[in-house]
Amino acid sequence: MTMEEKIRFKLNDKQTELVTDPTQTLIWVLRNHFGLTGTKYGCGTGFCGACTVLIDNEPVRSCQMAISDVAGKSVVTIEGLAKNGKLHPVQQAFVDHDALQCGYCTPGMILTAVALLRKNPKISRKQIIEGLEDNYCRCGAHVRIIDAVEDASKVMKGGK
Amino acid sequence: MKKEREIKNEAARDAESPGMKRRSFIKILGGGIIIFFQPWNSLDLLAIPAEQGRSLTKDYNAFLHIAEDGTISCYTGKIEMGQGIITSLAMEMADDLNVPFEKVKMVMGDTDLCPYDAGTWGSQSTQTFGPAMRAATAEAKGVLLDLASAQLGVPASQLEVKDGIVFDTKNQKSTVSYAQLAKGKKLEKYLDVKPAPEDYTKFTYVGKSFKRVDSVEKVTGKAKYTGDLKFPGMVFARILRPPSHGAKMTSVDVSGAEKIDGVKVVRDGDLIAVISENKDKADEAIVKIKAEYTFDEMKVNDKTVFEWMVKADSRSNVVRTGGDLAEGRKISVKVFENEYHDPYIAHAPIETHTALAQFEGDKLTVWASTQSPFGLQDNIVRDLGLTREKVRVITPYVGGGFGGKAAYQQGVEAARLAKATGKPVMLVWSRDEEFFYDTFHTANVIKVNSGVDKSGNITFWDYQVWFAGTRGAEIIYEVPHFKTTSYSENRNVFPVQPFSTGPWRAPNNNSNTFAREVQIDIMASAAGMDPLDFRLKNLKDEKMIACLKSVADKFGYVPGKTPTGRGIGIACGHDAGTWVAEIAEVKVDKITGKVQVVRVAATQDMGLCVNPEGALIQMEGCITMALGYTFSEEVHFEGGNILDRNFDTYQLPLFSWVPKIDCVILDRKDKPPRGGGEPAIIAVGAIVCNAIHDATGARLLRTPMTPERVLEALKKV
Repeated sequence: MTMEEKIRFKLNDKQTELVTDPTQTLIWVLRNHFGLTGTKYGCGTGFCGACTVLIDNEPVRSCQMAISDVAGKSVVTIEGLAKNGKLHPVQQAFVDHDALQCGYCTPGMILTAVALLRKNPKISRKQIIEGLEDNYCRCGAHVRIIDAVEDASKVMKGGK
Repeated sequence: MKKEREIKNEAARDAESPGMKRRSFIKILGGGIIIFFQPWNSLDLLAIPAEQGRSLTKDYNAFLHIAEDGTISCYTGKIEMGQGIITSLAMEMADDLNVPFEKVKMVMGDTDLCPYDAGTWGSQSTQTFGPAMRAATAEAKGVLLDLASAQLGVPASQLEVKDGIVFDTKNQKSTVSYAQLAKGKKLEKYLDVKPAPEDYTKFTYVGKSFKRVDSVEKVTGKAKYTGDLKFPGMVFARILRPPSHGAKMTSVDVSGAEKIDGVKVVRDGDLIAVISENKDKADEAIVKIKAEYTFDEMKVNDKTVFEWMVKADSRSNVVRTGGDLAEGRKISVKVFENEYHDPYIAHAPIETHTALAQFEGDKLTVWASTQSPFGLQDNIVRDLGLTREKVRVITPYVGGGFGGKAAYQQGVEAARLAKATGKPVMLVWSRDEEFFYDTFHTANVIKVNSGVDKSGNITFWDYQVWFAGTRGAEIIYEVPHFKTTSYSENRNVFPVQPFSTGPWRAPNNNSNTFAREVQIDIMASAAGMDPLDFRLKNLKDEKMIACLKSVADKFGYVPGKTPTGRGIGIACGHDAGTWVAEIAEVKVDKITGKVQVVRVAATQDMGLCVNPEGALIQMEGCITMALGYTFSEEVHFEGGNILDRNFDTYQLPLFSWVPKIDCVILDRKDKPPRGGGEPAIIAVGAIVCNAIHDATGARLLRTPMTPERVLEALKKV
């Protein structure tokens, strides 16, 4: 019998708890238990970045993280990014630039970019490219993604 | 072969009518006006894979519905996988009905609701489906105007429509909306209309750029892909896989898996799977199954495959021949003989093949990431022994296809497991399974022998292609003595090959364009001519000439005899009815062998461009995706074992690789629309190869051009 544990953490700004096998991976708990399916399975090994979520503002590959490791932390998924029905500037920039095709890598791409811009509001194009380097997009939306993140950085300098 | 199938289909038609005409969609849709139409043409016919085993009927295979609340819906078996037809088809329909673009709803890839469609591939949606849809829509508008005429008591010729409101041009206060016309109606109309060229000056939406309609859903995580669905009692399945293609199981011990909490082992014939409500437990359990195998695999690997291919099969097909090759050789001052190699490459969509299967009573519904919902339906019908009426396939958003999801094994597997367990079964292939069962782009060999005379005219062209087939194998240049021979075309499945192969974005045109355009570049260089001048001198195709001139202009191309040291490469070709020319500028690090593409310019003649923004995205996507096959993508294998099983060794293009991209779409509003999802990918390998040569004098004759291979080529300079 697997021992279950009670795990408390903040999920998209709301305190939450669940009793579960602590070794479960964060991605499948988010998707299957919480129904937050914007977090995508892509490779299961942390290479592609489709499952990226923010944990205490850091981008983390949720397929590589056990649910027990988020205890006491704050997890933000793509569903938690828009506030009061208003898209986050990075989401809005992706829409404005058509910075996606199939859209499957998009949540991970956006959350990685959000973390980048939080750390470095005056980010350069080169730094954006370096920061997104480990996220894969198969459709080839790269140029537009870079443009979108660059645009969002300009909007966010306004204090958002 | 094809002939036979057509005749059989003809005979089978009446007997096997899927009954679109018999089946009243009004019942399902609850009233309004339905216009049925059929976009069949020869291209559709050719696109039906034999394995679907479905007769071609004269049935109507798409329709538009004007609901009683005025909602306009287009029902089509096409699917949306990122290519953007959910936006562009809606634009076309809105244009012809004079309704606001956002009022048009696309209902896609549902075998119960949508009429038959062979599959979404070959850049056919816009060039084949679109014009038929437009013609039908124009007819539909005529039907609506007739209804309005009766209602308003004025002749239809006196009526016009704006934003879904029909008004009397002589009394603009006299109006009736489409919604009012559809109210209380139960009307089905069947149209046999032939697409006719249209007056593009009357377009409201078509030809103007529109943003994707699916982006807000996709940036908020709300967009539903197959794996995002969930039903009560749903279990996740993992299937036991052989270690290599061709391996046969001799014994299996599932006790380790059975010991895991909440896990059940399921057997259905040759299928051994574990199921659990908990995905992690299923993942944990599947690796606990111990199985032994015997191996009877092909003794071929990624290094020996090219030699093997040339010897494998002698079936040949002379595609095109003219003049006399011997005579051509005689009049040549220089002769060039080269062999080009291209490896197996993976589709590697970020969404792996996924399916959810659920029985309700005896009716099975399968949600699947597939490019061919009807193909999957037919395979399920065949493999599970069900009737077509009892199998419904629904296609949510697809997370990338590129031809790889023209194969749909996962849908059949999920269906079998749902039957075996009586539960809704979610099957998400792991990345490992995705690589193992991918229907790779086939490796291939192309030999080109050619010559030039002292004035720089191409004298002869002897082109032999193994396994890559003929898409893009046209000569395109003016040559008096020529022959194109294709060996082992369509010999693409296991065990003829070490594993199954299939269409990969612009199937094999990448390989053929690479060989042709590199050979041309070699000839131009040896003839002491600028590669653009050499092409223009040997071309009569005006569309190609226009594309080359346009791209040269966009790039700011300055002629020079290669290698100039500048690192500029040019190439051209056509695919899916669209003509394309591209120029690249590269920087080569002669110490590491690493090549950086600095910029790419591309010009495309695609006829009428429905949504320029969408078409540009596709061009950029093609160019970016192509960097993979150009620099890194190659499936390594030994016998039937795939050695690359994830993104650690199989390298997709990275952000840092992406050049500045400048695209031009020529204004051809008066010409029919052509394909846009694939053409721009075909020339990228060649422009980079030619640019590497221009930069360094090093000549590579294969893809991918890895740093090691660049260094090797540099040694020979």
